[in-house]
Amino acid sequence: MRAFKDTMIITQRQLRLLTRVPEVLIFSTIQPVMFVLLFRYVFGGSISTDQPGGYVQLLMPGIFVQTVAFTLAGTASGLAEDMKKGLIDRFRSLPISQLALIMGRTLGDSLLNIVVLAVMGIAGYLVGWRPTSGLLSVVIGFVFLLLFGYALSWVGIFVGLSASDARVVQNVSFIITFPLTFLSNAFAPTTGMPRALQYFAEWNPVSTMVAGCRDLFGLENQFGATAGSFPSENPLLTSFLYMIIIMAIFIPLSVRKYKRASD
Amino acid sequence: MKSVIAEDLVKTYRNGAVRALDHLSLDVEEGTVLSVLGPNGAGKTTCVRILATLLKPDSGRAMVGGIDVIKHPEKVREVIGLSGQYAAVDEILTGWDNLVMFGQLYHLGKKASIARAEELLERFSLTDSAKRPIKTYSGGMRRRLDLAASLIVKPKVLFLDEPTTGLDPRGRQEMWSVIEELVKGGVTLLLTTQYLEEADQLADEIAVIDHGKVIARGTSDALKKQVGGERLEIVVESQNIAKAMEVVASVSGNKASLDEGLRMISAPVSTGATALIETLRSLDAAGIHPLDVGLKRPSLDDVFLSLTGHAAEEKSEEVEVTGRRKKAKK
Repeated sequence: MRAFKDTMIITQRQLRLLTRVPEVLIFSTIQPVMFVLLFRYVFGGSISTDQPGGYVQLLMPGIFVQTVAFTLAGTASGLAEDMKKGLIDRFRSLPISQLALIMGRTLGDSLLNIVVLAVMGIAGYLVGWRPTSGLLSVVIGFVFLLLFGYALSWVGIFVGLSASDARVVQNVSFIITFPLTFLSNAFAPTTGMPRALQYFAEWNPVSTMVAGCRDLFGLENQFGATAGSFPSENPLLTSFLYMIIIMAIFIPLSVRKYKRASD
Repeated sequence: MKSVIAEDLVKTYRNGAVRALDHLSLDVEEGTVLSVLGPNGAGKTTCVRILATLLKPDSGRAMVGGIDVIKHPEKVREVIGLSGQYAAVDEILTGWDNLVMFGQLYHLGKKASIARAEELLERFSLTDSAKRPIKTYSGGMRRRLDLAASLIVKPKVLFLDEPTTGLDPRGRQEMWSVIEELVKGGVTLLLTTQYLEEADQLADEIAVIDHGKVIARGTSDALKKQVGGERLEIVVESQNIAKAMEVVASVSGNKASLDEGLRMISAPVSTGATALIETLRSLDAAGIHPLDVGLKRPSLDDVFLSLTGHAAEEKSEEVEVTGRRKKAKK
């Protein structure tokens, strides 16, 4: 109970960022909005698709997944910053549940995603994104995205605790997230990739997430490579398994690392 | 009663390659101020981190407020306040936000947290900037807020790790007066510093540490006495330095040392004013007229120099600091 309360206080702190530094929200949405516009208007014309409603229907789920994937970087650099400033020491010297700090941060960062995704959804709508599956499926899709962001923010905790410098953390996070988001079906068909990359793209959690969201938003998943493979047949199940695996690995690793940060 | 007891603390980093604490022992009597004085890398921060439950020693025992630090860190955290070298407050949040948040984390409840936050902001003259983000604060204001955060639940024992390092003289003065206030209020305080002046001004007792162990302890006066008597200092024109050195050496019976920049010759003397008169006579006989002359009681700087063989603020070793930071980040 105590631990829960402490976690909530830290979560509140993360959310207060929104009101205290609106720039954070602006900058964390500006980049994905830019991607929407770039892909929609620059590449969209040259990527042929028979999707009713056009490329933007396929693009938006990709952008959503990319956006939540960047939670990793946000969590990691935020935590690294706290460590540098000695804030972690202060929290650790308080009579609070020792895990409240990292639990609160993952939760808070994930909740921030709600706001970011809402802005993205509106931006998507303005450039022609129209999910056709009904409200419930769309909501489930967004819940899925939030869960994915939550799982990745635990990877962020691990990265943040492991690196020695906030800039290194930035770089490491981008090195993790960029290939993952681009070597996927998020923006273009994977069929144009070399064979080995196609396999990677097919099993890439970003791809399965994107395919799953496309499903939930009422689209055929057009950009999957090999029809009939397990991940392309069961994108939601595969994504779910990935999230469980990510959390099963990174929650214990992060907790251990955090507890040992002192020894 | 002793509020803080550290016995035989050993802490090594990098598999024993760096020995940050080498059987360090110290204690603080309830209601008094102990200043742990030492240069960078002496082990001050490591010592505070162990006492404040942030770090586990390799061996040794530590009690804070009568509670075993290693066995019951969670109970120790209930009774301590810690303010570190870096002002550990959330830069993005306002001063008010920070104090309310910390109050809630101390389980005060929302209302009580707000009341306490406002009381502390008032007391540390931060009310005017309470609603501004910390990043707009000056260094001195940040430290004061950091100190306020460590006082939220009126700790039994307060640890201040280099509270004025990096502050400008005005910020330092402000911090000192705030700390003096606290001391008058009867808090038990363990304060680390590399400034001898600071230890002299704030502490009841001083523990001088170097290379991870206590090499001397006592009141400021006692430590000064330990170094021995007074020092004769004279300043002469450049061309007279050689002759004046001879005179000072022969009168004091000690080797005279020279600060070339200041053209100041000095040597320890045991006969006080008599030595001064004698020196002046001899100089006069030799036709030398000193520009300045004086008899100095030893400063804590001298204490440090004579105890350790190097000056206190010299940055000879960064091992402990970098070692610790590395650890903290891992």
